[in-house]
This record gives sequence, C-alpha cells and structure tokens, in this order.
Amino acid sequence: MTARVVRVTGSLVEARPMRESALFDLVRVGARGLLGEIVRLQGEVATIQVYEETAGLAVGEPVRSTGAALEAELGPGLLGSILDGVGRPLARVADQEGDFVLPGAEAVTLDPDRRFAFEATVQPGARVTGGDVVGLVEERPGFLHPILVPPRVSGIVAEVSSGSFGARDVVAALDDGQALTLAHRWPVREPRPVAEWLRGDRPFVTGQRVLDFLFPVAEGGSVALPGGFGTGKTVIEHSLAKWADADVVVFIGCGERGNEIADVLAELPALLDPRTGRSLIERAILVVNTSNMPVAAREASVQLGLTIAEYYRDLGQRVAVLADSLSRWAEALRELGARLGEMPGEEGYPTTLSDRIGKVFERAGRARVRGAPERQGAVTFIGALSPPGGDFSEPVTQAALRVAGTLWALDPALARQRHFPAVDWATSHSLHAEATAQWFVENTAEDWPELRRETSSLLRRDAELREVTALVGVEALQESDRLVLEAARIVREIVLSQSSFDPNDARSPVMKTHRLAALAIAFHRQGLAALERGTAFARLPIGELRQTMVRMRSAPDDALDELALHANALIDSMGREAEPEKEAAQ
Amino acid sequence: MNLARAYHGASAATGPLLYVPRTHRAAAGEWVVIRAPGQPARRGQVIDAGEEITVVQVLDQTLGLAPAKAEITLTGDIARAVVGRELLGRALDGVGRPLDGLPAPVGEALRPVWGAPMNPTRRARPADFIETGISAIDGLATLVRGQKLPVFSGPGLPGLEIAAEIVERARTPRGEPFAVVFVGVGITERETREFLRRLEQSGGAERTVMFLNQARDPAIERLLAPRFALAAAEFLAFERGIHVLAVIADMVHYCETLREIGAARDEMPGRRGYPGYMYTDLASLYERAGIVAGREGSLTEIPIVTMPEDDITHPIPDLTGYITEGQVVLSRELHQRGIDPPIDVLPSLSRLMNSGIGEGRTVREHRKWADQLYALYARGQETKLVAAIVGEAGLSAADKRARDFAERFERELVGQGRTPRRLRETIEIGWRLLEALPREDLLRIDEATWRARKERT
Repeated sequence: MTARVVRVTGSLVEARPMRESALFDLVRVGARGLLGEIVRLQGEVATIQVYEETAGLAVGEPVRSTGAALEAELGPGLLGSILDGVGRPLARVADQEGDFVLPGAEAVTLDPDRRFAFEATVQPGARVTGGDVVGLVEERPGFLHPILVPPRVSGIVAEVSSGSFGARDVVAALDDGQALTLAHRWPVREPRPVAEWLRGDRPFVTGQRVLDFLFPVAEGGSVALPGGFGTGKTVIEHSLAKWADADVVVFIGCGERGNEIADVLAELPALLDPRTGRSLIERAILVVNTSNMPVAAREASVQLGLTIAEYYRDLGQRVAVLADSLSRWAEALRELGARLGEMPGEEGYPTTLSDRIGKVFERAGRARVRGAPERQGAVTFIGALSPPGGDFSEPVTQAALRVAGTLWALDPALARQRHFPAVDWATSHSLHAEATAQWFVENTAEDWPELRRETSSLLRRDAELREVTALVGVEALQESDRLVLEAARIVREIVLSQSSFDPNDARSPVMKTHRLAALAIAFHRQGLAALERGTAFARLPIGELRQTMVRMRSAPDDALDELALHANALIDSMGREAEPEKEAAQ
Repeated sequence: MNLARAYHGASAATGPLLYVPRTHRAAAGEWVVIRAPGQPARRGQVIDAGEEITVVQVLDQTLGLAPAKAEITLTGDIARAVVGRELLGRALDGVGRPLDGLPAPVGEALRPVWGAPMNPTRRARPADFIETGISAIDGLATLVRGQKLPVFSGPGLPGLEIAAEIVERARTPRGEPFAVVFVGVGITERETREFLRRLEQSGGAERTVMFLNQARDPAIERLLAPRFALAAAEFLAFERGIHVLAVIADMVHYCETLREIGAARDEMPGRRGYPGYMYTDLASLYERAGIVAGREGSLTEIPIVTMPEDDITHPIPDLTGYITEGQVVLSRELHQRGIDPPIDVLPSLSRLMNSGIGEGRTVREHRKWADQLYALYARGQETKLVAAIVGEAGLSAADKRARDFAERFERELVGQGRTPRRLRETIEIGWRLLEALPREDLLRIDEATWRARKERT
C-alpha cells in the first residue's frame, strides 16, 4: 500500500502507512518528489522533515522511502563545486530549473559526465580494508586524489583496472563480489572513523596577524567566532577561505546572505593560492543554504559540509571548515523542535542543543587516518556565531564556548573604530598557544613566545592606563606610561589590525607578523631605556616609526627588508641620541 | 493542484484561525475564500493541512464571522499576485485591490506571492553605484543596485523622509528604465499622503506602484502587502529589465503582526515575544533583493525600521541587520541639534560599498577618503566624551583637532539640509575638511593618494 501524506504543517509532513521505515530514512514526498527525512515514527505514522518548500503539497499525495539515510556522495570532482544543503550542485540545479530554486530538483552531487584517469595502485590478490588506497586520479591539475576502499568494507581484490572512469563506475571488485567505484556514499550524520586521534601541534596558519600571533588554533582544533552584526564575521570567514593555509577549504553558508555567496563566487576563482599558484576555487567546496532557502536543509548543510571535510581528511589532506553561521543552524533546530512539539529548553532551543553543538565541534580533529599507506589528515573547524543583540551570554554561544578550544570574540566597539579584524584581545583566548609555539619558533624566530607574552601584557597595561587617562587626561601620566600607550597603539593599529582589501596586507605571512610585532616590542623596550637615560618623551621618533610601519604593512614582500631596516634604525637611534645629552648634562 | 472544493461550517475559530474538519486533499499554502451571509468575502490561507482538521488563517478581520455558518472554499491554488508594467502609476491595497478608483489591473501575469529563492549561483554581484544625493550615504555608506539597505530610524525621526528623498533622486546613470515600489505597512494616513505628495512633486508618480496597508486596515494583511509588492517588483526587475527600488515602511508594524499571529497559533515565543522563525521570515522578504546574472534589471530594497526606544539591539533591527547588507542609522542627538539629515555615520555601514566605489564607478580615492573621514570622526566623538570628564586641559593637540573636525564634519558634510549633492561635491567637501588638518593626522591617506590630490588642486 502506497504511503500518503496525511498532514502538512510548515516543513513537517506526516505520512501513513510507514511502519516499514526507519528513523532518518530519506523519503521523496509528493508528486514533485520533495526531499525529506523521517524524524519520528509513531505506529503507522511517520513525521518527515522536508528540506524543500512545501507550499502546494496536498494531503493524499504519495510518499516513497528510499530506505537509506541522507548521504553524501564522496569522490573526485567535489573540489570547486557549490552544493545546496542536501548535496545537489546548484549550478546544475539552475541549468534544469532556471534562476530560482524550485522544489524537487534531481541532481546528483558529482557530475555524471566527468571522467577521470584512474591508475590502480593495488594488484588482484591484495587484501584491502576500509581506508586503503586502491588507485589514484588527478582531481585537479596537481591534486592527486587517492581512491579509498570505503570504511567498513574489506576483502581480497579480485579485479582492478586502470583507465578512464566516471565517479560511479566500477574500478575494482572484491572476491565476495563487492564492487568499488571511484566515489562512495556515507551518511552525513555519522562521523567517519579514524585510526587514531593525534594531538595538534602544528598551527592552522590563518594569515591574520591577530589570530596567528595572539590566538593561534592548532590544525584539527575548533574555534568559536561570535560577533554581532557589522563586527566583520563574514569578512574574517572570507579572509580565511582565501588565505588560510589549508589543502582544502569547505565553506558552509548556512542561513546567510545570497549576495555574499555571489561575492565568494566572484572572488575565489580570480585569486591565486600563494602556495600552489592555482585559482583558490580549486581547493574550495561550498555548501550553500541562504537564509531564504528551506530551514530544514540548514541543519543538514552543516553535517554535509563536515562529512565532505572528513572525507578529504581521510585522503590525507589538511582541511578547514568555515561555517557561517552556527546560530542559524541552531535556530533551525529550534524551529523544527517547536513544530515537533518538543519540550523547549533555554530560550526555546531544544534541550539537546548543547549536546548537538558539541557533536559538531567534535568532528574536528587531527588524525592518523585508516588504511594503507599510512597518512595523516586534519579537519579544523571555525564556527561563526550570530548572538542576538551581540550578547554572548545566549545559549548557542555559550554551548559553543564550552567545546571550542579557541575563542575569537568580535567586539562592536573595535568594529565601530574600523579596527579590523575586530578580534577583542581582552576576551578572546586560545588553548593551543603552547602546543603550537614550537612550530612558530621554527618558522619565524626564537623570540616568538616571548614577543607574544610581552605583547599580551603590554595590551593589558594599555587597557588599565586608558581607563586612567579617561579620568585624568594623558598629560597627567608618567612618561614611561605614555610610552606604553604609544607602543600599544602601534600594536593595536598596525600589528593587530589588518586590511582585507589591501592586496599586500590581506594575507600576512608569519615572518611579516613576527617582524611587525618585534618592531613594536623593540620600540617599547628601547624607548623605555632611552627615557631612563634622560631622553625627552617628545623626542622619541614615534610619528616617523608609525609611518614606516604603516608603509611596511601595505608594502609588497620584496620591499619589506628596506623598510624594516629603516624602522630598526629609528628604534636604535633612540638609544644613541640620548648619550651625548647625558654626557652634556654631566 | 486540485479543483476548488467548498465546505459548510468550520468546527472552531480562534483569533484569525478557522478549523475546518474533513477537507479533501487540502494543500499547504492553499488560497481560501470564506463567505458568510451578508458579509463581504474574506480571504485566507491553509497553514496546516490535515485529513481530520485543516487550519485556515483568515487574512481579514474575523469580527462578526460565525464559524458554523461560514462557507469555506479551498480554491485549489496558492496566493498569486497580478503583476506587470501596467501597475506603474497605480495605488493598490495590501492585497492588490485598487485604491485609486480605477478598475483592477489586468496585468501581464500572475505570480505566486511567496516567490522562490534565487539560486545563489545565478546571482550577479551588485556593483553599480546609486547616487542618492545624500552625502553621508553616497560618501560613507554607498548604496549599490541589488542591495538591501535599511534605514534604522526612531519614533519622530525622519526615516520615511530620507527614504522619500532617495526615491525622488535616485536615477539611473545611463537612463535605463527605473521604477519604485512603495509598500506602506501599517503607516498612518499622514505619512502616506506626505510620501505621495513628494512623489508627485518630483514627477515620479507614473513610475511608481504603491501597495498601501495603513494603520486602520486589517493587521493581518500586513504580512501579505510586502509579498504582493515584492512579487510585482521581481517581475518588473527580472522579467521586464527595470531597475526597481522597493521601499517598505515600516517593518516594525510587520513584525508586530507576525508576533500577533504567532500568539494566536499558540507558538513558542522567542525574544520579546517575537516568533523564533522571525529571522527566516524576514529573510524571505529581504533576500528577494538582488540581480540575476544575465538579466537586465535589479531589485534594491530600502526597508524602514523604526527602532523601538531607539534600541538597535531590539530583535527587529537586530535580525534585520543580520540579514541586510548594512544599515543607515539615524540619531536622535543629531536631530535635536538640528543636523539634517541626522545620519549617524559611525554605526551606519554599507557592506557592498567596496564593490560599488573606486575608479570607474565613483572616484579612485573613495575608500581611503571615507576611511580617513570615518577614523577622524570616530576619534573626535571619543574625544568629546573624554573632554566631558577630564576637561580641555587633559586633551592632546591632536585630540583637539579631531574634536573640532568632528563638529565641522557634522555641520558641513552630514548636515546638508534638503538640497541634494552630487557625489563630486560630497568628495570635495570631505577633502576640504581633511586638508584643514596637518598631514600627520591623515595616516589613512597614503602618499600616492595625497600627491594625486595635490596635483589636482
């Protein structure tokens, strides 16, 4: 007996009889075949969460279960694609339906017409198990994509053939008859297994000075990035998508603006990856569910993005996942929970909110992945949050803070001063600074940890002094304190702030970050010494140093040396010019 | 979908909701007509379609409606709006019925009022500068075609007047077809008349279509008015190649109706009683702005939000700000000091500004010019606060310069009065303010820009 719709309310549909189905089975609802997922089973009646617009869906229309959960199709050809929340490529959906998204589109994730040259790396007779590499294809020029035995599959290779194949073509068969194709499927809600989790001691280098220098995150770590509107969350996410050091970037636009996606799509293809010299779109995968697209798919979009990231991790890649915004994802949970009549928790969110947020963040990690040859991969997760009214005490931000190892808190006061990235150094934190220190020492200089400590304490002292100044005025301060204000101002305005629109400043290599920070700290140290030796505060070359450092910030890499030399000379002169004065005084 | 089916009598009614038993193949969103003896027909929509009970949301006053006597017709169709160029010059109510005494428009087509989301891969990036004639906007929070840029006003502040000015002056640079869609949501007769008067004076009435749901009209219609209007706007923009500017005033009335309906449906309330899905609902209006790649027209939205108690963290401006591409914020303090228009530059922002300015669009130095003005104004404003505590003596010379700059900036650049300015004038005024300061105060102006300016003048 065909199951039929008995009730439609918003994105939830009830259908009967569905006794044979399982929870989370994917179903096709109605004559147009809207995609949905079973979220509750009670007797004959299944409650289905529908990922597409239900307007026009009528009682009595047929419902068909696919007998499988929502899965991602994982294989070569994902790089450069733009998928909706359930994995349909939006460009091909547009080819079918036109410029506006209509429900019921049928489009598989991987392009059925694209072919890859597969080169087998195993021989018949080889014993293989989940994660083992059976061959290679070149997914993009220079990007070798190993073809894996899917997790939980094992056996002896009976046949394997090199040649030109599509994603769904069989390239090998096991002795028990199981066929291996270039791509395989995996349920999006289930984390993919690894061999062993590893500690992250290599930083995820963002190219943003304030983040790399003060609040580094390790590869495989996770970050909560909360900020009210206008604090620059999206610009940071976009900067990371462009400039962070990762092999693959998965960008999840969850409940956000359509024009921002247009922006990403206009910019990424035109920018070159500084490491590979190839277009940045070639390392990116976009999962897009804008704020006016169906709410249920928002929830799925985050899981889909993470599953794709885990797959590339299993290939041995270092993957960054940028999710903008987890708050919209949580709101989708709230909306669906309310429609299901679940007992609400804090602020109407489901009582499972914190557990579910925890599970999302915990899909990040660095691991020795399964299978031979041995390889490691990492998923670094950055979750943007949009707290109502910019108030971080709300449940979604709080739940994220409990599980994220790093907090990049965005501050509206900094944003109002057009200090970008508006990362508040007083409230942000990182649990990865020590673990990653060694890498920074090896890649910049011995004094990186020391500079970092000194900068932090300079900023703390600056905050105290600025409170005092607000009461008594700057003229009432001691000269050494005025020096702190000036040095901290250099740190704030030149080292920590960065222009994402200046082509030479948008990405700051760690050496450049080190150079600027070292100059600021040297200015403070040597300025203090000069003051002690009797130099007048007014004679410190603050203006010229600032101007030189501002020029350094936006100078091309090959002009840095000369400017740094000049800045250093200025700082050194502070020590020297005091000497004759002192002698004259004696 | 189905053919029309009629049922006699609803089993229950609460507020705007009717519960109709045992309907046949009711569809989500199905359009409903409710007739009662001796009363005009009411319209409604299925919000919960079921075998046993179907819930209909009535979109007119339910006062005097006896559920047992009502004849309820499920029409077999969803809500559709008459759209077409013929609507230009017309004044319609919130659901598209004429208010101007002329016959109902026949239109070129019928379009679902709920619309469909634009495929993100088919969006073109908005990049065409719209000159509004208002210095604070053109210079520092530039509007571009296809953007959604709300005006955050306060009770008694001239939010609607500023929108009217933008509508009057915004012309297309190369003379492309241009139209205005004005949606009055719960605004007063006086506000409506004033807006109309200005439009007629500027000669823009014949390229304007108005959808008016005034304060005295049924509240429930407020949810439909912007959707009927946007359906019309989308058609003009994307199917007739017209550059459309849609002004929606006032979003606060819209959100209040949303809250009212949520309460009637016994929904779990979110912050301040507004429904938890308000973000999604607002997005379904705001996100209809944009440009479709390969098509001629564009849809730009300027919603007006009167912030309750001037509070920008109130859920309505807050959720709006999270969806829109920036905001123009009005300040009571500036208004009281007679700065007109009272635009507070510091919290105002256009997220799409960068793609619409610069060489070939506005002027080459636009970004740096704006950053420098902004930075100095921010510093000046901060100094004013400090000076209030520590007195004149505690200020450094640079602080004093910034403070004086802020005063002049408000008077000369922001407070232009009601005379429109060309962008070139705005830029020139800004430069004059900057050039009154020593070069060392202008660190955001790089050497090349500075020299180029010197050579020109």
